[in-house]
Amino acid sequence: MVKSTSKDAHALFHSLRSAYAATPTNLKIIDLYVVFSVFTALIQVVYMAIVGSFPFNSFLSGVLSCIGTAVLAVCLRIQVNKENKEFKDLPPERAFADFVLCNLVLHLVIMNFLG
Amino acid sequence: MAASETSNGTALRYAFGNVLSFFILLLIGVLAFSIRLFSVIKYESVIHEFDPYFNYRVTQYLTKNGIYDFWNWFDDRTWYPLGRVIGGTVYPGLTLTAGTLYWILNSLNIPLSVETVCVFTAPIFSAFASWATYLLTKEVKGAGAGLTAAVLLAMVPSYISRSVAGSYDNEAVAIFALIFTFFLYIKTLNTGSLFYATLNAIAYFYMVCSWGGYTFIINLIPMHVLLCIVTGRYSSRLYIAYAPLVVLGTLLASLVPVVGFNAVLTSEHFGSFLVFIIIHVMALVYYIKGILSPKMFKVAVTLVLSIGLVVCCAVIAVLVALVASSPTKGWSGRSLSLLDPTYASKYIPIIASVSEHQPPTWPSYFMDINVLAFLVPAGIIACFSPLSDASSFVVLYIVTSVYFSGVMVRLMLVLAPAACIMSGIALSASFDVFTRSIKFQLPGVKGNSQVDAGYTSSEGVVVQNEVAKTDKNEEALKERPSKKNRKKEKEHLEKPSVKAQVKKRLLVLPFEASIIAILLLILLGAFYVVHSVWAAAEAYSAPSIVLTSYSHDGLHVFDDFREAYSWLSHNTEVDDKVASWWDYGYQTTAMANRTVIVDNNTWNNTHIATVGTAMSSPEKAAWEIFDSLDVKYVLVVFGGLVGYPSDDINKFLWMVRIGGGVFPHIKEPDYLRDGQYRIDSQATPTMLNCLMYKLSYYRFVETDGKAFDRVRRTEIGKKHFKLTHFEEVFTTHHWMVRIYKLKPQKNRIRGKAKKSRSKPSSTTSTKRSETQRKNPWH
Repeated sequence: MVKSTSKDAHALFHSLRSAYAATPTNLKIIDLYVVFSVFTALIQVVYMAIVGSFPFNSFLSGVLSCIGTAVLAVCLRIQVNKENKEFKDLPPERAFADFVLCNLVLHLVIMNFLG
Repeated sequence: MAASETSNGTALRYAFGNVLSFFILLLIGVLAFSIRLFSVIKYESVIHEFDPYFNYRVTQYLTKNGIYDFWNWFDDRTWYPLGRVIGGTVYPGLTLTAGTLYWILNSLNIPLSVETVCVFTAPIFSAFASWATYLLTKEVKGAGAGLTAAVLLAMVPSYISRSVAGSYDNEAVAIFALIFTFFLYIKTLNTGSLFYATLNAIAYFYMVCSWGGYTFIINLIPMHVLLCIVTGRYSSRLYIAYAPLVVLGTLLASLVPVVGFNAVLTSEHFGSFLVFIIIHVMALVYYIKGILSPKMFKVAVTLVLSIGLVVCCAVIAVLVALVASSPTKGWSGRSLSLLDPTYASKYIPIIASVSEHQPPTWPSYFMDINVLAFLVPAGIIACFSPLSDASSFVVLYIVTSVYFSGVMVRLMLVLAPAACIMSGIALSASFDVFTRSIKFQLPGVKGNSQVDAGYTSSEGVVVQNEVAKTDKNEEALKERPSKKNRKKEKEHLEKPSVKAQVKKRLLVLPFEASIIAILLLILLGAFYVVHSVWAAAEAYSAPSIVLTSYSHDGLHVFDDFREAYSWLSHNTEVDDKVASWWDYGYQTTAMANRTVIVDNNTWNNTHIATVGTAMSSPEKAAWEIFDSLDVKYVLVVFGGLVGYPSDDINKFLWMVRIGGGVFPHIKEPDYLRDGQYRIDSQATPTMLNCLMYKLSYYRFVETDGKAFDRVRRTEIGKKHFKLTHFEEVFTTHHWMVRIYKLKPQKNRIRGKAKKSRSKPSSTTSTKRSETQRKNPWH
């Protein structure tokens, strides 16, 4: 039982990796960016758990800035993905402009909230 | 050649349709604005009611002192001796909007007063709201339904009641913000554009600024997302519409001082975070499903499910722990009374005492949304054929708002736009069916009908097909090239059209029946218009600060409130404190510019209970309480002479209840004779001796010799009495407002000596502690 699951897991891992290897480089870069910002958010949460959440607005803006960036990057990734049929008529330049605008608003708000 | 001609024709038709709908929208805006001007025409350009006076005062302060002073404003004119931080406790949206309007107009050299701007803010924003309704309904069901819904919203009585000229309250701009946020959400959902998602978050920010009802949005949208996920309609557009909104919206909401950290700490917002997590899981699942083969995906599901369940349980446990650790389980009293309608009446009399927090009666539905109530079910059915993401959102909106309106009369306002959208969809769908049936059966206008049908996309193709089949004439032949053109463009539309063809033929009704049905619908619409205009003119435009009544000898105007307030501002010192029941607090500070003890903000129950206790105590005890609060004048509203029903005697039981809730020596049964509230000779001695009774009926017998109370329709119980601790200083023309002054203290030493001689010292000490408990301001 255990052996079969581990074998399944191994096969799954293998096929995931081979499937992911086929994705274009620009999408991989975006993925890396997402992972990085989620990781930063996690570090902040851990730091909060250890030190305490005293300037709560600073903590909140730090974490939400990371999560927000990640979410927006995921949105960008969805929009520029060639395999996504829904966004065929959306040029990647437009998607990137939207992404920049949204980020601008997000970080203006965060700068206001940082306190 | 012919093809280009017809395509030119359709383009022209498109342009013509756009121009036409633009002008229709313009007229709708004018209608929405002008139907709300009855109050100005019939009365005058004044601010209405109670809360708007506070908003008006804040706006005045804002325009005079600028935005930074406004944020830091500590108001010492209210809640004496506590005061109130205005900047941190108001929803600033309305004030900032009116302030901006004022600045713009003045920089354009249009010198309007602040009051004028405030009076006309609500009508202007109701025009915006009807345009937003057009946009929202257009996204859901097309332009025709949009225009119908906009017309309906422009004059729905429920919305008129909150947005007539002069009703300068949060709801005036909040309804626009609500509809506009929903429109942007639907727009993002339909297009999947990050640009609209940003706009959506900003519109949500405006809504948070303007009204506490923003929690409705932040709960309704997650509910819709959840509904989409559960029914298997997840798409990446849904992710783009929702995930940025949560992050940006939460951050923007915490920028508003009155919300602050509540945006992440209270249970009203937890639902959205939960759905935020769920949508991420769904996105991941769909992504992995996309890149894996079906067989491997099955393996992955079984593997992840076992781990995922554990993680889910852990997350839920953490959330439950968070909720349980916060006070009142993280819910505010108003929200709790939404979920459990009996909550407020059980625990918080101050919420229950406000008439607009009561559940509505059936007639009020008919009064407030009129024929829309019958059209809504039809609209729901129309939304289900075919069900899209947008239409499922509207259905969810109407269902939840019907529930909320059933809990609180005030939330009828949230129901009204939903009802308008639904009825707009229903009306436009039924007109569509009827006119099409007529078109098919009129041989004379066949050519017309074809061109007409030509400009609606897929439907047009179907209609043409049908016409071409049923009667083959040369006009159908003419159409063919253009049809070919369109075929190239819309190949994918052809498949469903075959199916739709059968359906559409079933929808053709007999000629006479459809004509009669159209006439009936127009009649229904006319009935709605008549009712709305009547409601706007008669029922909802009274400012309640100026009253009128018709009698056999003509029109009477009762302007007693302003008379009293201007007396106060002219005849009392600037720093004098005026006590009254909290309803009149905002008006006193705004119009008389005097410090009040409690006002309509009702944030401190104990303080209100103190005033309630004073009003229900005998004269001497009341004098002591008022004196300890530094009060110089007491103001009571009395309608017994002219028959004004919402006076202080009718509100008195609430004072007793609220006072008794904090100070147990005030007991409600003491004021009731056999469970009945009465002020005639059968009334209890406690009632006849309490301050409110005495201040209201002092010298009342001198008016007609019998002291007949016109509101309660009885003669009062105790007619001849003197006041020992208060003296009457002013009574308005119709006796509606009476102002009393506290008499200065008597020779204190004699009184004290008497008391201490008559009672042993030990009892005085206990007595002292008791009075201390009774009155925290001693």
